[in-house]
Amino acid sequence: MKLSQVMLRFLLRRLAVAIPTLFVVVTLAFFMMRAAPGSPFSTDRKLPPEIERNIEKKFHFDEPLYVQYGRYLDGVVHGDFGPSLKYRDKTVLDVLEENYRPSLTIGGAAFVLSVILGVSLGVVAAMRQNRAFDHTAMTVAIAGVCIPSFVTAPLLQLALASKLGWLPTGGWDGGAWPNLIMPVAVLALPQVAIISRLTRAGMIEVLHANYIRTARAKGLPEPTIILRHALRAAVLPLVSYLGPACAGLLTGSLIVETIFGLPGLGKFFVTSALQRDYTVVMGLVIVYAALILALNLAADILYAVLDPRVRLA
Amino acid sequence: MTQISLLPVAPDASDLMHRAVKGRSLWDDALRRLLRNRAAVASMIVLVLLVLAALIGPLLDPFAYDEINKNDVWAPPLTAGHLLGADSLGRDLLVRLFVGLRVSLSIGAVATFVSLVIGVVWGAVAGYLGGVVDEVMMRIVDVLYSLPYIFFVILLVVTFGSNVILIFVAIGAVEWLTMARIVRAQTLSLKQKEFIEAARAAGLTQSAIIARHIIPNLLGPVVVYVTLTIPGVILAESFLSFLGLGVQPPMASLGTLISNGAADMELAPWLLIFPSIAMVTALMCFNFIGDGLRDAIDPQDR
Repeated sequence: MKLSQVMLRFLLRRLAVAIPTLFVVVTLAFFMMRAAPGSPFSTDRKLPPEIERNIEKKFHFDEPLYVQYGRYLDGVVHGDFGPSLKYRDKTVLDVLEENYRPSLTIGGAAFVLSVILGVSLGVVAAMRQNRAFDHTAMTVAIAGVCIPSFVTAPLLQLALASKLGWLPTGGWDGGAWPNLIMPVAVLALPQVAIISRLTRAGMIEVLHANYIRTARAKGLPEPTIILRHALRAAVLPLVSYLGPACAGLLTGSLIVETIFGLPGLGKFFVTSALQRDYTVVMGLVIVYAALILALNLAADILYAVLDPRVRLA
Repeated sequence: MTQISLLPVAPDASDLMHRAVKGRSLWDDALRRLLRNRAAVASMIVLVLLVLAALIGPLLDPFAYDEINKNDVWAPPLTAGHLLGADSLGRDLLVRLFVGLRVSLSIGAVATFVSLVIGVVWGAVAGYLGGVVDEVMMRIVDVLYSLPYIFFVILLVVTFGSNVILIFVAIGAVEWLTMARIVRAQTLSLKQKEFIEAARAAGLTQSAIIARHIIPNLLGPVVVYVTLTIPGVILAESFLSFLGLGVQPPMASLGTLISNGAADMELAPWLLIFPSIAMVTALMCFNFIGDGLRDAIDPQDR
């Protein structure tokens, strides 16, 4: 079979899992939200019943639940996520569009930073196995795994913002870079730790392989051996970790956005859930689920590209 | 020719054989390797101390965890009889730390147990039966795996209000997926191993094979994964508590203590620092023990 055909079949197989997954996500989220006590329209003062009924009618809340569910599914399939129930005259897509930027910026920056830093640390630690650098790096890595972001974030704020005054405590400020340093660092730290441990383990194993000995015997320069021959095989376990890593960054940004007061999607999710803004919550859940699925798929494809032994079946 | 007597040699030989039969089991071996791992042993000692502190600490402390002392508001450590200081309501931090540790550790234990039971049964059934059953069961795991589960936990808590039982169940119910995968993979590969075939050929019954050969070999990876699940669960609970969705006041968990401490950190940094130290210590202990167990139980990795 030709490569393109193999790839196509692989993609179809994955779609066959992804679509039911999304369906389960939508269904679960829909009925869980609706089972919640409280309503998006409850306000501090009591509305006259006629007005309440009018609002409910406008958003079809007077229909039976399964009809609403069907209507919602139909909308989603056609790319319509409905109107926000809390923000007047805005659709869910408007809300998403206004708030995605901070999440994407810190998430993307943290991802790039943690891959570059983590892989470099892991490679150097493996080359200096059991020496001082290795021990230091791996101790720091274990600490990085164990110190949760809601501990590092306030401590950094206390030290760098309150005491030293070097960086702003929080806020978005149009994406000014001093506002980004702490969120990105906090988000990246645990990922740097995990990625460097994975890279080190993979590298140590690969460096004992026969083909590396062959490369050395041929007299290839050490940087070529490490970067061209060893690294490619050593990062394989890392690649399959990248899917879950992205999920980790997405959920991590929930905390980071809350602590640093960034107007991103994670913070928005919690607020909307508490306010019972059903449609916005649903939209966010779907976006997150789709992102995780897409990133996992991308990681699998990358894996197959790097490792010719893997068949995409 | 004199006959050489074998007699003097024989007792020695039987003695040797006797010793060889006694031998060391796989588990003795693993235990010896684990005890040689200094980080793991130190972690176990610290962890036992933490558990003891969580159990009997509140009894020894003169204050109650929800006792409000108007005169001790924001008392710094070592003043007014508060070893670690007091919070914005004048509540003693040390006793709240003991209680928080107790809550976090028990959530870790219970939720991990839930995930252990579901995961092992699910994985073993899928792996052992194989075929269509396996296919369907693992597809379900795949689908659940792709759910953004922390969002569902948040939704659950928002929907049904936060009570501790719900948090136990919610976290435990999502943590079983990895356990199921590990157990299934292990069962599948064990089923085809020569020693299982040998055991069958030797006439062992099905239940004897499972009890003597499958379960002990499943136990290793499961134990390792359990020690790594507990800190994950503790983290998940703290994560929820930090967002204000977990344990509700005046009850405390490590997460709520850190969250409250972060709010007051400018005025009273000790409220943030001590709970953070307690949390990081506990998490590191579990991780070191997990790593140590993995090295001890699975010598192939070394």
